[in-house]
Amino acid sequence: MYKIKEKKFLAEKTVMMKVISPDIAKKAKPGNFVILRTDEKGERIPLTIADHDLKTITIIFLVVGRTTEDLSKLNKGDYVLDVAGPLGNPVEIKNYGTVVFVAGGLGIAAIYPQLRALKKNNKVISIIGAKTKKLLFLVDEIKENSNKTIICTDDGSFGRKGFVTEALNDLIKNEKIDMVIAIGPPIMMKAVSDLTRDKKIKTIASINTIMVDGIGMCGSCRVKVKDEIKFACVDGPEFDAHDIHWDEFLKRNSRYKEEEHECMHLKK
Amino acid sequence: MHAFEKIMKNEEQRQKEQNPEERIHNFDEVSFGYTKEQAVKEAKRCLQCQLPLCEKGCPAGISIKKFINHIACEEFDLALKTILEKNSLPGVCGRVCPAEEQCKKSCISRPKINIELLERFAAENAKKIVKNIKKTGKRIAVVGSGPAGLACGSELALMGNEVVVYEALHKPGGVLTYGIPEFRLSKKIVMDEINYIKRLGVSIKLNSVVGKLFGVDELLKKYDAVFIATGAGLPYFLGIDGENLSNVYSANEFLTRNNLMKAYKFPEYTTPVKKAKKTVVIGGGNVAVDAARVAKRLGSDVTLIYRRSRAEMPARDKEIKHAEEEGIKFMFLANPLKIIGKDDVEGIECIRMRLGKPDYSGRRMPLPVKGSEFKIACDQVIVAIGQGPNPLIGKTISLNTGKKRNIVVDTNYQTSIKNVFAGGDIITGSATVIKAISDGKKAAKIIDEKLKRG
Repeated sequence: MYKIKEKKFLAEKTVMMKVISPDIAKKAKPGNFVILRTDEKGERIPLTIADHDLKTITIIFLVVGRTTEDLSKLNKGDYVLDVAGPLGNPVEIKNYGTVVFVAGGLGIAAIYPQLRALKKNNKVISIIGAKTKKLLFLVDEIKENSNKTIICTDDGSFGRKGFVTEALNDLIKNEKIDMVIAIGPPIMMKAVSDLTRDKKIKTIASINTIMVDGIGMCGSCRVKVKDEIKFACVDGPEFDAHDIHWDEFLKRNSRYKEEEHECMHLKK
Repeated sequence: MHAFEKIMKNEEQRQKEQNPEERIHNFDEVSFGYTKEQAVKEAKRCLQCQLPLCEKGCPAGISIKKFINHIACEEFDLALKTILEKNSLPGVCGRVCPAEEQCKKSCISRPKINIELLERFAAENAKKIVKNIKKTGKRIAVVGSGPAGLACGSELALMGNEVVVYEALHKPGGVLTYGIPEFRLSKKIVMDEINYIKRLGVSIKLNSVVGKLFGVDELLKKYDAVFIATGAGLPYFLGIDGENLSNVYSANEFLTRNNLMKAYKFPEYTTPVKKAKKTVVIGGGNVAVDAARVAKRLGSDVTLIYRRSRAEMPARDKEIKHAEEEGIKFMFLANPLKIIGKDDVEGIECIRMRLGKPDYSGRRMPLPVKGSEFKIACDQVIVAIGQGPNPLIGKTISLNTGKKRNIVVDTNYQTSIKNVFAGGDIITGSATVIKAISDGKKAAKIIDEKLKRG
């Protein structure tokens, strides 16, 4: 049992929780995730570790399905039944030059620990986007830790109107970019990957696959990278975006759409 | 009773089973085990041989003759006590041990005594008594709470050592929990036996992914020895087209969703699993048969495709028979070439095989028959062609590993790192529960002796 030390809504349907788990906190590195389960009948879902201190890890999630809804109903002082981690490979921290983080939606939470780790040795530019202003979060924190920040909303209610890819395209014209790290909805990551492939810019995507155990035992998270099958949980979650078979990944990632819908509307 | 009389009255006791028509609609255990009356009758059939050959065949070294005699005398607590001296998982072994290839193989009674069913009976009908054990003051970490880890941990605890088992998942039991389905091995039995092992003083830390949360090097600082028993959890894939379509599962994923996460109770339990109409399972081992039977219970028509013939199937005969009774179709001498479909699975293309000369395993090698390609329509494929050793630990510590990424040990289960031992499927690749238990027990004895010598 893992006690919730702090909980707050960062934006609409976007929840931040600090969960007490000193052992995980001690080992957590930028890019790691945890697998958690809210209750005995619950599903195991992966969530990025957005931050950590000596005792707690911070998770940020969007209420999109049954598990995240159940999780969002827990409050400070409540317990999460299971938390396992830190899982996945951490991001490699070194000098790349100019690194552009492109994040959409919940991806903003995932880039946060990475850009803080990379800003010491790199010029860090962040492009963050959401559908609309009220879905944006961590804006000040991202700004504070980036050399430059571009904010986009689809409807223009905050920052630049349009998609993050458009902002990236403009940036590429004016700036020499050494690496792009894209984290967000699969369709966004694919669009970024398509754009940077043409421009020959090394791009890393952190993919959010459907997992069960998270320790390399089931292959639910498998994804074709180049022509090899990789398990996102133990070989990833970060891969060279240009090597990912995006269409296959997109299909695999929506394979439980109907079940998610069914589950959302039923009481346990 | 004289042996002669026993032979004259030799009526084999058969356990009751759920009807196939009924059981394909539920996940309850297929076999009910013996009643008290049946167990005593069956035990009385035992000839109590001077030289019990059955005991030579038991990898756990159970005093079979003695425990059967206790059952015959209706001394059930003593029977269980006798078994527990050698095996902490009697309810598990009574169900999943391939007894026909072990203890029963050399039983001279005809029909042979159903030793495994007597073990199961004792496990469920007697009290497990825990005595005070003199402590050695030594501490051992066990990585993985599957059969090898549990056997090693319980054995070390019985020798007076302090044992902490680290389990990566949220439930203990390893393959007993995530792999073997409820209808073959009740999870209540698994938990009962794990609770007994806990009462012996073994503590189990869940959600503890060794290699990630704690390194083996860190464990060595806190413990006198480490036993790695992380099993064979890495599913192999065929490497054919269409394998990443939705509705293509590894058997491990399909079984984990259903056994560990109870997806068969979806949406009460929130982990989903696809409900297919026509499933093709590829493989011939116990895992393949388990997956086929789970798919059947989820309402699918099921065909199991195996590249050799029935005679070469590694699955237990008893389970193949159960699967046949349940209406699972078997297609032998066929091998998949590609999985067909756009988004979802629409079918599978296979080729006919014939058996050639024996290969390294002694089984006749399957060879494709040219021009014999054919298609089967289906909407789900489950790949059950085997599992390799779990690679997670090997990635995070420099242990000598073999070709299959298995941890290499010497005859004393010693790895390339001092005070680090390994056993079970992690050293051999996928084998049986009883082989893992046997490894765990033997390793425990070696570790205990080594620590005592200092």
